Amino acid sequence: MIPMEHYLIVSTLMFFIGIYGFITRKNMIAMLISLELVINAVDINFIVFNRYLFPGQLEGMFFTLFSIAITAAETTVALAIIINVYRKIGNVNVGNINKMKN
Amino acid sequence: MEYSLLILITPFVLFLLLGLTGHKMKPNVAGIIGTTGMALAAILSYTIAFQYFFGVGKVDGVFQQIIPINFEWLRFTDNLHIDLGILLDPISVMMLVVITTVSLMVHLYSLAYMHGEKGFQRYYAFLSLFSFSMLGLVVATNIFQMYIFWELVGVSSYSLIGFYYTKPSAVAASKKAFIVTRFADLGFLVGILLLSFYTKTFDFATLTADNASLVVNSTAGASFLGLSVAAWATALIFMGGAGKSAMFPLHIWLPDAMEGPTPVSALIHAATMVVAGVYLVARLFPVYFFSAPEVLTMIAYIGVFTALFAAVIAITQTDIKRVLAFSTISQIALMMAALGVSGFGGHDGLGYMASMFHLFTHAFFKALLFLGAGSVIHAVHSNDMRDMGRLHKYMPISSITFFIACLAIAGIPPFSGFFSKDEILVAAFHHDKVIFYAILVSAGLTAFYMFRLYFNIFWGKEKTYTEHHKPHESPWLMTFPLVFLAILSCTTGLFDFSEFISPDKMPFATHIDWTIAGMAIAVAVIGITVATILYAKGSDKPAQMAKSLGRFYTATLNKFYLDEVWMFITQSVIFKMICEPIRWFDRNVIDGSMNGLAWVTQKSSSAIKGLQSGQVQFYAWVFVAGSIVIAILVLFCKV
Repeated sequence: MIPMEHYLIVSTLMFFIGIYGFITRKNMIAMLISLELVINAVDINFIVFNRYLFPGQLEGMFFTLFSIAITAAETTVALAIIINVYRKIGNVNVGNINKMKN
Repeated sequence: MEYSLLILITPFVLFLLLGLTGHKMKPNVAGIIGTTGMALAAILSYTIAFQYFFGVGKVDGVFQQIIPINFEWLRFTDNLHIDLGILLDPISVMMLVVITTVSLMVHLYSLAYMHGEKGFQRYYAFLSLFSFSMLGLVVATNIFQMYIFWELVGVSSYSLIGFYYTKPSAVAASKKAFIVTRFADLGFLVGILLLSFYTKTFDFATLTADNASLVVNSTAGASFLGLSVAAWATALIFMGGAGKSAMFPLHIWLPDAMEGPTPVSALIHAATMVVAGVYLVARLFPVYFFSAPEVLTMIAYIGVFTALFAAVIAITQTDIKRVLAFSTISQIALMMAALGVSGFGGHDGLGYMASMFHLFTHAFFKALLFLGAGSVIHAVHSNDMRDMGRLHKYMPISSITFFIACLAIAGIPPFSGFFSKDEILVAAFHHDKVIFYAILVSAGLTAFYMFRLYFNIFWGKEKTYTEHHKPHESPWLMTFPLVFLAILSCTTGLFDFSEFISPDKMPFATHIDWTIAGMAIAVAVIGITVATILYAKGSDKPAQMAKSLGRFYTATLNKFYLDEVWMFITQSVIFKMICEPIRWFDRNVIDGSMNGLAWVTQKSSSAIKGLQSGQVQFYAWVFVAGSIVIAILVLFCKV
């Protein structure tokens, strides 16, 4: 059986790659993808801890399913916003969205 | 006698009516409404006086204090509460008559005198407010109600002195009057608090009942700086009275208050408001007499000193209204002195009676003098007696009425001033010879300066009057009050005041002491003769005499530099020594700490405002970095 640490390392890497991408990317779609990575890293953690530490229970599994559903909805909303932004200003660069700041 | 409330309500309603809707009325309509209302109040007060003195007031030979209306306004403790009500006793009823009569005459007179002035309606509104507050003051049932109306009187006096508010000197005079009297009222307030703290009551009836035994008992043993608490309280209350009644050294506001319209001077600064201080002492007379006789002696000496002092200054003044102002100060000081030398009970209460008597007669002849002066000013358009002369042939009615008033104030029988001044002299003679002679001298000076004024205005040298500005007799609206008041000045002295007014409210008999009366008449005649010799023909002797007196004359002309002394005390001592450091503390320490706080906030916020850039990625970066730092701390620095 693959030790738990391996999963955790993978999820940690995914998490920080996601953070890195979120901070550095200017393209909003790339930022959205990075955000997905972060959430998926968390989902992996849920499953791994559930499987290895409390094998008789299912809360982690359910939480992950729940999380996936919410992520899907959130992605939909975010994409809708991005498309609207694109229609307004012609690009999806996060630095150019400053209409509501002033 | 519940209808006595109407006397208060009428002028107050008039004030509201004229003050709020006056600007929409024609000036004459406003004036007539005000005058009619005042006439109503006057008729009511005559009815009350008649009913009181000849009807319900006297029970078994003693005048009663009748309180037709009294309701509780503020309750502090079970005993201590402020009421508002109406107290009728001989002196308050007498004051009602005086105030409404003079006020009515002034209302009538102003219809002509103020005709065509800008703000005519406002003038009448303030006259009504003043009448309301003065009437409220005299009928007050307790010392706190009196204080409330006392301040109202001050405010309305302020707005009437400053009636010509575009004139800087009038504004300065109104401020001066308000500030000086307000300063004195501080003492009054402290006195009230001190008295009520010990006696647990504000009520006049309770305070003065039973030979003021409540005050005597409750303050027994308590003393401060060697003086009993009762003496402190009564002296501080007297300070308020001294401010309003222009006693030395708080008299400085009254001469300047002559900047107001002349009828206002007649009403406020001659007949009514300035006697409020005398009225206050008279109202609390048993308290003064039984609990603090030393304060009463002090009042007597302040009174005679002020009387002499003001009489000397009045001799040199050339502004006719200022002469009258100093004469008012001198006469009111005589009333104070009379209270100071008074005893209690039976014939000893002569001083008290004389004071009220002089108040009564003085109100009429001094109002007459002021209105006469107003008539002259109206004709000549100047306040300065050097611009006047030989006016008798142009305005005979003013001249004759003025002459009657001069005789009355000089104390020539059978005019009213003779009788009241004679009672004061008799009272002083039995109490203190020094005070007696001082009053006698001031009576002589009074006769002298009044006739100097009279001769300078109506006789003396003819002045050149321009053709289109020839002096002329005033319209009947102005001469009628003059004649009416002149009749009063002739007749009011014949009242037997001791039948009605005495400290213990029991009538007693007085008779004229002809030795003292003879001395008084002799002194007055000497004063008049000297004035006649010097001024009747308009010789240049007075100027020579002034020159030979040199510095004394200059000092007198400048009112003994008291204004300058007060200026020095306030400017150099109080402002420099006390206000300036406090101002520094306020500006630098208190404002400084607040400004510093604001400065720090501003600087720090402008330093960190760049952090809120709206860049989500930067926020995320900071958030992650912070989380990592916290995680490291939690992991490696186990506390």
